[in-house]
Amino acid sequence: MVKIAQISCGTEYSGVQKEIEKAASTFGAEIVIPETDIDYIDEAYEKFGFNCASSGIRLMIARAMSIVEGKSDADAVFIATCFRCAEGALVRNEVRRFIQQNTRLPVVTYSFTERTKADELFIRMEALVTTVARKSILAREKQEGLTLGVDSGSTTTKVVLMENNEVIGTGWLPTTDVVGCTNDGIAQAMEGTGYSMDDIEGMGVTGYGRLTIGKKMEAELIQEELSVNSKGAVYLAGHQKGEATVLDIGGMDNKVITVNDGIPDNFTMGGICAGASGRFLEITARRLGADISELGPMAIKGNYKNALLNSYCIVFGIQDLVTSLAAGGSKEDVAAAACHSVAEQVYEQQLQEIDVREPLIQVGGTSLIEGLVEAVSDVLGGIDVIVPEYSQYIGAVGSALLVSGLGKRQE
Amino acid sequence: MKVAIFPPNSLILADLIERRGHKALVLQNEIRKKVKDPEIDSPPFNLTEEDPIKGLKYAAIEVPSGVRGRMSIFGPLIEEAEAAIIMDEAPFGFGCIGCARTNELCVFYLRKRGIPTLELKYPKTKDETTELVNKINTFLDSLEENNG
Repeated sequence: MVKIAQISCGTEYSGVQKEIEKAASTFGAEIVIPETDIDYIDEAYEKFGFNCASSGIRLMIARAMSIVEGKSDADAVFIATCFRCAEGALVRNEVRRFIQQNTRLPVVTYSFTERTKADELFIRMEALVTTVARKSILAREKQEGLTLGVDSGSTTTKVVLMENNEVIGTGWLPTTDVVGCTNDGIAQAMEGTGYSMDDIEGMGVTGYGRLTIGKKMEAELIQEELSVNSKGAVYLAGHQKGEATVLDIGGMDNKVITVNDGIPDNFTMGGICAGASGRFLEITARRLGADISELGPMAIKGNYKNALLNSYCIVFGIQDLVTSLAAGGSKEDVAAAACHSVAEQVYEQQLQEIDVREPLIQVGGTSLIEGLVEAVSDVLGGIDVIVPEYSQYIGAVGSALLVSGLGKRQE
Repeated sequence: MKVAIFPPNSLILADLIERRGHKALVLQNEIRKKVKDPEIDSPPFNLTEEDPIKGLKYAAIEVPSGVRGRMSIFGPLIEEAEAAIIMDEAPFGFGCIGCARTNELCVFYLRKRGIPTLELKYPKTKDETTELVNKINTFLDSLEENNG
């Protein structure tokens, strides 16, 4: 059984301890609390060097030290503190870094509220458990042979065919029936390559529909999107070592993943407001009489400061943009304002929950909108944003990469 | 009289209070009630999502859930208290609820109650300890007298 060491403050008083344990046990793991005694807390605290007022936070430091010094046994680490606790957030991040720098253990962090339920933690626990159980697969940095990757997303299905470390075919279509869409996507990816399903060595699947597709098509790898997208992003960006942040502003929801050496260690996902999604940009493009693919170049030429936007809302914000156009504002300025609005809201709703690490690798369909990429960089103080080639196929590429070496169909 | 203590789980302070014939309002009794409740299964303290929500009476929604969860247990004790003893700068072994922000809020609410309150600094020497115990006893005895 995979042992996940819990390093946390406030879980027992927030009523979420049981949810954490339930989430771990769902994926065949058990939560263990690292050993410490009172004298060791002071000793570890002094050694660590972070002055903090809460004894619960000091205990976190001692537990982290206990793991690093080999006094406690664990396969993975889950670090959690209360949402909105500044001291907790600072130490959570420093303890995460401390463990990553001094051990090879996978780490996942989380800030919880009393509303945190086990299913919100599932993807994190699954990622931790698979990182432990599939260490050798996640260490893969090069695709070999002929493999197929499928990302069966909630909005779109993406497929890539890879051969000897190169993407040779792609398929993309809106998701309706998951199996039917996957078959059509595969046909698109195979087209013109001269290959058929009989030629591939292995198939990897990820995304919401992964279990259905994986079972139906006997995929060699069925993996949650956290590990797969991280791996796909750092692989395509040529940044497999060190820290990075992966940002996917989706059509319906947004994901932000922080990674260390290609392994995910924190994740936040939001999807309650269309104003912070690609949908806002689709509507803007429609109002401008432009195709979504034209919005990015248009926004690059504009200045968002010239189009007044008083609301992030998809209804009221769009109304403001229309008013701006009616007052003689240019389409370019309006396009830039729309991109800036989405970037700002993603920042306010999500990026602030996570420690953004450079470089930021922007992926997903919206990463093709240059104006949005520029706005994200601007909102984050001009940080380095990388949009790799095939950024919209990140999950499919990650699946094709990770399954390479696992597929035995040609033997 | 009912005497609240800070730290709210200090066994030494609770013992001194009981010895002088008062009732110590300690955290352990409240947790005991929770863990004995067969209706709830949320180890280790049987606190659930409802408890931090109850804590909204003492701290607003922007305050972390851990502070509100703690306040949901300690807050009612502060309200029930007729007197209080606050020990400042105590080490973990003396009693501790883990969160500095909750500590600040608890002490503030105790002071705001306007009940007889004895505030002390944790002793560093044997003489200071003897003096501290005497102060506590004198305070507790004076409560009895004040109470008639």
